Amino acid sequence: MESIGVLMTCPLHDPYLVEQLEKRFTLFKFHSIPDKAHFLNSNKASIRAVVGSASAGADAKLIHQLPNLEIVSSFSVGLDKIDLAKCRERGIRVTNTPDVLTDDVADLAIGLMLAVLRRLCQSDRYVRSGQWKRGEYKLTTKFTGKSVGIIGLGRIGLAIAKRAEAFSCPISYHTRAEKSDVKYKYYPSVVELAANCQILVVACALTEETRHIINREVINALGPKGVLINIGRGPHVDEPELVSALVEGRLGGAGLDVFQDEPNVPEELFGLENVVLLPHVGSGTMETRKEMADLVVGNLEAHFLNKPLLTPVL
Amino acid sequence: MDCNGYRQENHDQNLFPKPKVLVLEPPPVFKFHEDKLSQKFHFLKAWDSPLPLDQFLTTHAHSVQAILSHGTCPVTTNTIRLLPSLGLIVTTSSGLNQIDLQECRRRGVSVAYAGSLFSADVADIAVGLLIDALRKISAGNHYVTQGLWANNGDFSLGSKLGGRKVGIVGLGSIGLEVGKRLESFGCNILYSSRNKKSSVSYPYYSNVCELAANCEVLIICCELNDQTRHMINKEVLLASGKKGLIINVGRGAIIDEQEMVRCLIQGEIAGAGLDVFENEPHVPSELIALDNVVLSPHRAVHTEETLMALVELVMGNLEAFFSNKPLLSPVILDE
Repeated sequence: MESIGVLMTCPLHDPYLVEQLEKRFTLFKFHSIPDKAHFLNSNKASIRAVVGSASAGADAKLIHQLPNLEIVSSFSVGLDKIDLAKCRERGIRVTNTPDVLTDDVADLAIGLMLAVLRRLCQSDRYVRSGQWKRGEYKLTTKFTGKSVGIIGLGRIGLAIAKRAEAFSCPISYHTRAEKSDVKYKYYPSVVELAANCQILVVACALTEETRHIINREVINALGPKGVLINIGRGPHVDEPELVSALVEGRLGGAGLDVFQDEPNVPEELFGLENVVLLPHVGSGTMETRKEMADLVVGNLEAHFLNKPLLTPVL
Repeated sequence: MDCNGYRQENHDQNLFPKPKVLVLEPPPVFKFHEDKLSQKFHFLKAWDSPLPLDQFLTTHAHSVQAILSHGTCPVTTNTIRLLPSLGLIVTTSSGLNQIDLQECRRRGVSVAYAGSLFSADVADIAVGLLIDALRKISAGNHYVTQGLWANNGDFSLGSKLGGRKVGIVGLGSIGLEVGKRLESFGCNILYSSRNKKSSVSYPYYSNVCELAANCEVLIICCELNDQTRHMINKEVLLASGKKGLIINVGRGAIIDEQEMVRCLIQGEIAGAGLDVFENEPHVPSELIALDNVVLSPHRAVHTEETLMALVELVMGNLEAFFSNKPLLSPVILDE
């Protein structure tokens, strides 16, 4: 399979993934190629697979430029960077990395809730800077028992609910349609959900419909005592609206792992003590990244050996 | 209020003066709620007086029946002996190591404490510190807010929590709340405690060292006493191994702090999340220099909601005592 060209479109630095891909295929790292147009012209015939991630995948333009593309294997569970319609049209297979990262992302969502409400990061700084010697840290807000509203009740949403329940948090949710086999309270709109919970978590896929699902109306409904947690995708949130709401105190706090234009984060948020900002680490553990890499490579191998794909989307 | 109402209130005040309560050092709850407490009780403030404590007690507090104490305010044998009318010590803490319980038992002095009021909040901090230590939340937040994500690229990977074996040291009210929470994250819970708990199905280890050898995370939830002082020593730390993590929401002195610092620096254990230290508010500078450690300024119980509930509990206990009713949260002293 060494002659099969695999184009990695994302600036992935995962050494294990790169190593495993280079062992089996001819790997091209798109991100570090200076003249991409020239490169594509010279190599398009040999490229039969694309490896993408949350940051870059395969849009219509790229798919059009790769006449021999057979499969897109994403190092993520999210598919928002892949033009699925185009893939469907061309008969291109698509795989992702579901299940293996569910626990890590859910753990991080709860970690962000605790960090925001109990000011974990700020109080860590308080000790490190020597301020504790001058006085006690102030009171924070109790997490146990706070109502948690979840947008999207897929694998990750359910995992978040299960954990929050262990903290006696009442759970409510919003999805496109109410789920009959679920015991949590359903709200038919995001605004209603936001108005009826204290912590709102974005845990749905990013699609045309869910872009800016967190807008000014939702933020206002969540209110000055409400906290927003985003472990979905940056574009789920109208970021300038969120920033002004936090700066003006119209929203109680936020824990964000994803942003509109990573790795750029609005600097107005840096000094806010009720905000926790993470560099997109939802699935960022050594154990999970290895499992994700194994899935990416496993899916590619299966495809080129004419075996059933491990985790196909298309 | 009209003249008659004022006179009536004053009259009541003289007939039923506010009960006196001795306070040796101001409890944290005073900082926020002294006014509310002072509505019902007259506080004799020993720390405010120029007199040394013994003199203050014999001069001003000889007839006092109740003391309001807190977690780090010692109520010694000597103090109790200088107060012949003492009938109650109310502490705002759930820990009791600062009170001479033996002397209380001997004298028939009742003790009321915070019971399990703080347990959820402490458990939340224990879980928070653990997730933070494993997933580098504080470090990651610092990375972003220092502008390093945009300039230096991807942050380093953390470690997965799910599937880990977690050893809880002390399975009291707090330990149980920690276990309940971590089970939902897919952790396997083990524990050690003075006694095995028959109502619990977690595997029990009578020896902390054995517990450490069988798990990757140790969470200290027990109280500080003669048996637990420096219980987490070199042997225990080394037993937990190079991937071991230690979380302390008990008392600093349960861990041999110097030894823990040495183990962290030399990579004998992987990291720590600490809310308590041996010599608060001083934290060893070596800990501050480490990036695999999360530090917290002994505030596991300091939430607005719980502090409010604590004020109600303290007032409720004092009111019960002074009206000869059963205490709301008594400590069982016969053991």
